[in-house]
Amino acid sequence: MPSAKAKSRFARSALAKTPTGIQGLDEVTGGGLPKGRVSLVCGNAGCGKTLLAMEFLVHGALRYGEPGVCMNFEETEQKLTANVASLGFDLRELSKRKLLQIDYVSIERNQIAEAGDYNLDGLFIRLAHAVKTIKAKRIVLDSVQALFAGVGDSAILRSELQRLFRWLEDQKLTAIVTGEAGIHTLTRHGLEEYIADCVIALDHRVTEQVSTRRLRIVKYRGTFHGTDEYPFLIDDEGISVLPITSLVLTHKALMDRVSTGIPALDEMMEGKGFFRGSSVLVTGTAGTGKSSLAANFTSAACARGELCLYFTFEESPSQILRNMSSVGLSLERWVKKRLLHFNAMRPTSIGLEGHLAAIHKLIGELRPSIVVIDPITNLVSVSGNYDVKSMLVRLVDFLKVQQITSMFTNLTFAGDPQERTAAAVSSLMDTWIVLRDSKPNGRPRRELYVLKSRGMAHSREVRELIVSKSGLDLGAVLSDHTVATHVAGQ
Amino acid sequence: MKKSPAKKRQPKTSRSDFFILRLYIAGQTPNSVTAIANLKKICEEKLQGKYRIEVVDLLEKPQLAKGDQIIAIPTLVRRLPPPVKKIIGNLSKTESVVVGLDLQPAR
Repeated sequence: MPSAKAKSRFARSALAKTPTGIQGLDEVTGGGLPKGRVSLVCGNAGCGKTLLAMEFLVHGALRYGEPGVCMNFEETEQKLTANVASLGFDLRELSKRKLLQIDYVSIERNQIAEAGDYNLDGLFIRLAHAVKTIKAKRIVLDSVQALFAGVGDSAILRSELQRLFRWLEDQKLTAIVTGEAGIHTLTRHGLEEYIADCVIALDHRVTEQVSTRRLRIVKYRGTFHGTDEYPFLIDDEGISVLPITSLVLTHKALMDRVSTGIPALDEMMEGKGFFRGSSVLVTGTAGTGKSSLAANFTSAACARGELCLYFTFEESPSQILRNMSSVGLSLERWVKKRLLHFNAMRPTSIGLEGHLAAIHKLIGELRPSIVVIDPITNLVSVSGNYDVKSMLVRLVDFLKVQQITSMFTNLTFAGDPQERTAAAVSSLMDTWIVLRDSKPNGRPRRELYVLKSRGMAHSREVRELIVSKSGLDLGAVLSDHTVATHVAGQ
Repeated sequence: MKKSPAKKRQPKTSRSDFFILRLYIAGQTPNSVTAIANLKKICEEKLQGKYRIEVVDLLEKPQLAKGDQIIAIPTLVRRLPPPVKKIIGNLSKTESVVVGLDLQPAR
């Protein structure tokens, strides 16, 4: 749902819009598709064109009171109905209620001979008849290029298509025409040349065995639109487009505070801990206590009766439970009380979009007040740094809107300037806690400091992080951590 | 072009070589008028007495377009004998019509 602020901005544009009802798409198009115009949705086989088009019709019928006609050139009504039934769309029911009309156009080239001049009035008449029957406002033609296979005379076809698109506009119908991607052009038969108003390209690419779906608005006349490629997901509820950066930053900043789980660390942050709904990044080299800090944070939250969701990409839940009991954290009781939920996923099991979808879904179901992602580093192995960043931006945005306090751990590598790996994501984070180990005089110790924490006067001192059987605590201030005599606990 | 078995035998008038031809038009356009005239002429020459022509104007009965999967106008559908065959256009190319309807073996 666009916010009031967003609406006022879009109101300024003269073009009337027809909402698609597809999550995120209306946001990136500034309200939907151009009303009364033809939009082209193109992409490779299996990229989600049909689904996008069908969602446009189904949402139109159910949410916006706009009946729709689907003229389908590729799949029979039965097949199409079965295909989208998995998303909970009951096309048969919609047809019965006169909200949807599906017309399957079968073109069997080998049955048809040509003998003289013709036009495609038959198609126009069918379309007009279907539109009239249910008083349709929306139209989908999926996909017209099948006509190129069926009609031999492409000169006739091209002029007829042009006439068809003009006719649709005369009828004030908002239409989606789908087209298969070409090699050098957006669509195989250059359909984009006929459609001036709005072209959306879908893409389904596989990099390093992981697939990501993307959506790009190639053109949208008369409208301010995002030009980025937006990753999108298809799950059992249909398409959701995830704007990389929300066009609007409107989440409310909360003044409530959440304890970090370590009183001494709370003390470093005005004595109160994190802001509720903020995002916290914990970075550190191996073995510096990142997971312990995160587990401690969730344990304290559970003790207050708050619901926590812990995503782990490295260890199994039982492994975490065992490891944490060794540092005095009994997480098992919170799991039993159903306050702490673990979700373990192999980072490589599904693509980033899949992870994001799974995370979104679980958060939607459980409505936790705290979410931990441990560690985000492993996601980098799935995909490039940039992709991870864009995914995290969207995730952080989502969590903030939900007012969920989130903690992300990130493994940095020794010798690697920690800022480099973390820099990509740190700008999204409100609080950044750095963990590191050092060996003054050969005695190893863990150190912690708060590198930044927006909106509060936090301490910048370096403290020793003490991880023992009785839990986590901070040692004395290390005024100069290279000075060996200043060891905490003395 | 394959010969249909019915053709080979060339029996006296039986049901299998009776032609039912349906011509779909959309109003009295030049193409429609031409197609009707062309069709009548071809049938008279090749199928004397063994055919019936039905002309369907889709402007009057748009709901009929779906059944025969009509997209182009004019479209001629050979409903009998089977199999169903379709010819699109104003039927000005007589040769194509004769071959398309299987009225005589192609040379």
